[in-house]
Amino acid sequence: MPLPTSLEFDIILLSLKVALWSVVASLPFALGIAHLLARHDFPGKSLLDAVVHLPLVLPPVVVGYFLLLLLGRSGPVGAWLEGWFGIVVAFRWSGAAIACAVMGFPLMVRAMRLSIEAIDPKLEAAAATLGAGRAGIFLTVTLPLALPGIVTGVLLSFARSLGEFGATITFVSNIPGETQTLPLAIYALTQVPGGDAAALRLCVISIILSLAALLFSEALVRRATRRGLGYDALGSR
Amino acid sequence: MTLSVAVEHDLGGFHLDARFACDGGVTALFGRSGAGKTTLVNAIAGLLRPRGGHIELDGETLFDAARGIHVPAWKRRFGYVFQEGRLFPHLTVRQNLAFSRMFRRGREAGGGLEHVVELLGLRDILHRRPRDLSGGERQRVALGRALLARPRALLLDEPLASLDAARKEEVLRYIELMRDEIRIPVIYVSHAVEEVVRLADTVVLMAAGKVIAAGGVEEVMGRPDLRAGAGAFEGGAVIDATVTAQDMQWDLATLRFDGGTLTATNLDALVGEHVRVRIRARDVSVALEAPDHISIQNVLPGTIRDVGAARNGIVDVSITVGTTLVRSRITARAAEQLALRPGLDVFALIKAVSLDRLGAAGR
Repeated sequence: MPLPTSLEFDIILLSLKVALWSVVASLPFALGIAHLLARHDFPGKSLLDAVVHLPLVLPPVVVGYFLLLLLGRSGPVGAWLEGWFGIVVAFRWSGAAIACAVMGFPLMVRAMRLSIEAIDPKLEAAAATLGAGRAGIFLTVTLPLALPGIVTGVLLSFARSLGEFGATITFVSNIPGETQTLPLAIYALTQVPGGDAAALRLCVISIILSLAALLFSEALVRRATRRGLGYDALGSR
Repeated sequence: MTLSVAVEHDLGGFHLDARFACDGGVTALFGRSGAGKTTLVNAIAGLLRPRGGHIELDGETLFDAARGIHVPAWKRRFGYVFQEGRLFPHLTVRQNLAFSRMFRRGREAGGGLEHVVELLGLRDILHRRPRDLSGGERQRVALGRALLARPRALLLDEPLASLDAARKEEVLRYIELMRDEIRIPVIYVSHAVEEVVRLADTVVLMAAGKVIAAGGVEEVMGRPDLRAGAGAFEGGAVIDATVTAQDMQWDLATLRFDGGTLTATNLDALVGEHVRVRIRARDVSVALEAPDHISIQNVLPGTIRDVGAARNGIVDVSITVGTTLVRSRITARAAEQLALRPGLDVFALIKAVSLDRLGAAGR
């Protein structure tokens, strides 16, 4: 298979840009909610948990359509964003990133929450007796010990973003060069006669990208575990 | 340091209602498992917010249920050594020791680490991770970590419970060393008599969520009526003494205490060394006159303070020797035959071989 053409290269770059931004933007929120769900009890906790998990069980088209209603130029949030900040996300790559972020969010929260729950709260109590306040405990004990889970969550969400189709196409449509990520490009090619070969090439690229991301995160987790982090270290407490 | 504690708390059907006060030195919270010791210590440390009560340290209110005051744990500055060490698995020993530095503002930042590393013998393990340490090493690191947070007092919650006998001895020696060198007030939670009589100056005896006795270690641990709460501890006296002479020929040591001198078999102690010995009540006989032609080496004149009630044919007699209280456990018949009563001058007879040394302040 020859090297990607410049057109294919643009599609890859756009897909990576969308996936990267969706992960970066959702990471702090996911971490916050994961910590909230893992370490705190409050009224409405199960409701929040359910809402976070919604994108996992809803048809992606539904999510995309709601985003369109909400963030479209005439939607309440979309109009507000445009009026006050001049920001438009509908039919833009940033909108694709938002769609991917929402779809990947439950995966990210879940992985992080599990890894935070696996940390012995007694270690956090020990940190408190050594003078660490809430923020100090989070930064010096919880965060480093949850690192393998955070890496896993980021990867899952990144992979989900690379493959996101339904919500993206519904929310920001399929505009080449702006919102046409890998899966959308593959879909478009399969809709025209004679596009099979080109679609197959993109499929192979897609597989390579996902594999690379998997191997990379695997290496990161292994490194973190070797440093004494992670579940095996907690097992020896 | 003056710490006054009054805590009321409910924990799944268990009711804790304990109050005590202590000042410097080592205070033991002593009692069987489930007596509420750890809950009480967690309340002192601020890891648990009790339902009611009041905790005050040197005039500063740390907790007051009525006024809604609850100073968070991280502001209380109590060093806490947990049963299971609780070292941070992602940090090396050195990083664990230095952990508290990250949260200390400039005024008292630097220093101390080298001294603590030396004192607790941690030099060779500084670069290891907690999972590569033995149980004893872990507890030593935990001690050092707590000390380096510059605490106002140390809370040790059964720090030896998870260790085997040899490790216990190892860590115990370091705790003694710390007590003698750093002179920091310590609250020591334990259900082991040996540890308590060896380390403590004051004992707070707990049972079923209540404090049932508090006072000097000799006083509380010697009281025969507290046997139920104190567990298997045999009534007796704990005496602090100084070695004044060693008899090389007979391998005997002479000890001076508040009330006279004692002869003991070799205690492995040096002249001038401070030792703590235990005399079991059943090893002490009572005589109305100083006996001649007897093998017993210690004949101490004293005055009966108290004669206990007969139980199963046994009577416990407290005898004041100087300012020290010695207990004697004899038959009810013997007490009757000698007409023992408070105020009577008697002699306490103690075999030299029956003296047990409790712990070594040695290195």
